[in-house]
Amino acid sequence: MAGVADHLIVMPVLLPLAASAAMLLMSERRRVLKRVISLATVMALITISVLLLRTAAASHDPLIYLLGDWPAPFGITLVLDRLSAAMLLLTNILGFTSLLYATARWDRAGPRFHALFLLQLMGLNGAFLTGDLFNLFVFFEVLLAASYGLLLHGAGRKRVTAGLHYVSINIATSLLFLIGASLTYGVTGTLNVADLAARIPAVAAEDLMLLQAGIGILGVAFFIKAGMWPLGFWLPGTYSAAVPPVAALFAILSKVGIYAMLRVLLLLPQDPSGSATHVVDEWLQIGGLATIAFGTIGVLSSKSLSRLAGYSLIISSGTLLASIGAGEAVLSGALFYLVSSTLGVSAFYLLIELVGRAETDMDTSPPADAVFDDEYVGVREEDQENEVGVVIPATLAILGGGFMFCALLLAGLPPLSGFIAKFAIINGLLDTGISPWTWTLAALILLSGLATIIATSRAGVDLIWTPDRPSRDLRLVEAVPVGMLLALCLGLMIFAGPIMRYMEQTADALDVTARQPPAILSDPEEGTTP
Amino acid sequence: MELVLALGIGILTGSGVWLILRPRTFQVIIGLSLLSYAVNLFIYAMGRLRVDAPAIVERGGAADPAQYADPLPQALVLTAIVISFAMTALLLVVLLAARGLTGTDHVDGDEG
Repeated sequence: MAGVADHLIVMPVLLPLAASAAMLLMSERRRVLKRVISLATVMALITISVLLLRTAAASHDPLIYLLGDWPAPFGITLVLDRLSAAMLLLTNILGFTSLLYATARWDRAGPRFHALFLLQLMGLNGAFLTGDLFNLFVFFEVLLAASYGLLLHGAGRKRVTAGLHYVSINIATSLLFLIGASLTYGVTGTLNVADLAARIPAVAAEDLMLLQAGIGILGVAFFIKAGMWPLGFWLPGTYSAAVPPVAALFAILSKVGIYAMLRVLLLLPQDPSGSATHVVDEWLQIGGLATIAFGTIGVLSSKSLSRLAGYSLIISSGTLLASIGAGEAVLSGALFYLVSSTLGVSAFYLLIELVGRAETDMDTSPPADAVFDDEYVGVREEDQENEVGVVIPATLAILGGGFMFCALLLAGLPPLSGFIAKFAIINGLLDTGISPWTWTLAALILLSGLATIIATSRAGVDLIWTPDRPSRDLRLVEAVPVGMLLALCLGLMIFAGPIMRYMEQTADALDVTARQPPAILSDPEEGTTP
Repeated sequence: MELVLALGIGILTGSGVWLILRPRTFQVIIGLSLLSYAVNLFIYAMGRLRVDAPAIVERGGAADPAQYADPLPQALVLTAIVISFAMTALLLVVLLAARGLTGTDHVDGDEG
C-alpha cells in the first residue's frame, strides 16, 4: 500500500514550497538558474496534476490523505476528488503559461519573483486539496500573502496604491473568514468538512441560527474573493494594476472563492424546517444577476483593455454564482464554463499587454525607479541583452487573430468553448423549468456576451488596425503561452463530449457529497470512529 | 466573565470598524489590528469559557474531557495571531512605500 503513488497527493503543496525556499537562498543575479528551476517545478506540478486527475477520474470515492497519519477528524486531511483534481490541473497550467510569459521580461521588474510565484501556486494547490476549514484559511493566507507580493511586483505608484487597498480588504476578509470558521466550530465542535457534513443535520434547533450565521459570514468572505456585487469593486482596479503575467494567474484567484463556496455552502441542511439551502440559493441567484449586470456595464464603460479584462472576470464570476444558485442541473455546465472562462481571461490578460505595448501606458510600462533598492534590477536598462529574443514575423496578423479568438471566447460566440459552456448553462436552466427568473438569467448571460463583443471589437479596432503605430516586436516566448492557452480552449471545444461527461460526474459527486457525507471518517483501514 | 469578554470583543470590534473607515492609512492599520484582537478573543470564546481548566491532558490514565479546556481554539488563536501579525507588518511596509511614492497618507493616494 505504501509507495510514492500514495504520497503524490501531497506533492502539489510540498514541491513548490521546497523549490521556493531553495530559491530564496540564491543570489538574485542567477536569473537563468531560477527560471529553469521554477519552470521545471511547474512542469512537474502539471505532470502530478494529470496523474492525480486520472486517479480521481478512475475512482468513485474521493482519495483521502492523512498527514502524519493522524485519524481523520483530529488530524489534517487532504481530499482529492474530481473537482479538486480539475482545479489543480487548471491552476498549474495557468501557472506554467504565466511563468513562461514572465520569463520574457517581467520577472526582472523586481526581486524574488519566482519564489513568490511558486508560493502562490502552493497556496492555490493547498486550498483546492484541503479537507479542513481551518486549513483552508491557512492556505488562503498563504496564497494571499504571495499575491500581495506579486501584485506589488514591479512597484510604481499605481501598484502600491492598489496594493494598499487590496491588502486591507483581504485582511478584513480573512477576519470574517475566522469569525465564520470559529462560529461553525463553536456550534458543531469540528472543522473537518466531511465531519461537518455528518454533524450538521444533528445540530439542535436553537443552535441552527448560530450555525447559519457562521456559514453566512464564511459565505461573505468567499463572495468578496469571488468579486460578487456589491463586494467586488476592488477587483478590476487591482488586477489592472498588476503586471500582466501576474494578472493572468490572478484569474484563478476569484475561482478559489467559488470553489470554497461550493464546498462549504452546500453543507447547510436541506431539511424543510431549516430551509437554509434555499436562502443560500436565493442569495447566489440575486447576487449573481447583479454581478453580471455590473460586469456588463463595466465592460461597456472601460477605456483600457486591462480594466475590460477585469470586468469580464466579474461577468464570469457572476455567471458562475447565478448558475450554481440555479441548482444541480446547471452545475456541470457551470464547471465547464469555469474552466473555459478562466483560460480565456488569462489568455486575454497576456494578450492585451502584447497588443498595447506600443502605448506608453501607466498600466503596463515598468517603472523607471525602484522603491526598495535591494537587489533591484530594472527592466529597461537590461532590455538589450535579451537571451530569448527570437522575434517572429507577421506580428500583426498573429496578434489580431489571437485577439479575435479571445474576444469570441469571452463573449461565448460559436464555435469556441465559451459558446459550448454558455449553451450548457442555458440548456440546464431551461431543464429546471420555465420561470421569470430563468428567463432573466438566460437573457443577462446573452446580453453580457453581446456587451463583451461590442467592447472588445471597439478596443480591438482601435488598437490593432489603427495604422499610425510603430511596429511591435513579438517574442516567441511571449507568443507561445498565449497560443497554449488558446489551444487549450480549442481542445476544450473539440473534446467537449468527454470533458462534459467528467464535469457531469463531478457535479453528481458534489451533490451526493452534500446529501450524504463520504466515508472519510469511518475509513475501515484506519479503524477510527468519528 | 462572559459579560466582560463580550463587552471587550464588542468595543474592540466597534473601534476597529470605525478606524478602518477613516481616510488615513495609519488609522486603517490600527483598526485592522484592533479587529484582529477582537477576532482572536472571539475564537477563544468559541471553545467555551472555563476557569482553572488546563488544556493539556496529563500522561497516563484515562482523562475526563469535562475537566479540561478545549485546546483546539487555543491552537487556532495562535495561528491567527501569527498570521495577522505578519500581515500587519507587511501592510506597514506598503503604507510606507505608498507614503513615499504619493507624498500623502490618504488611503487613495491623493487628498481629493
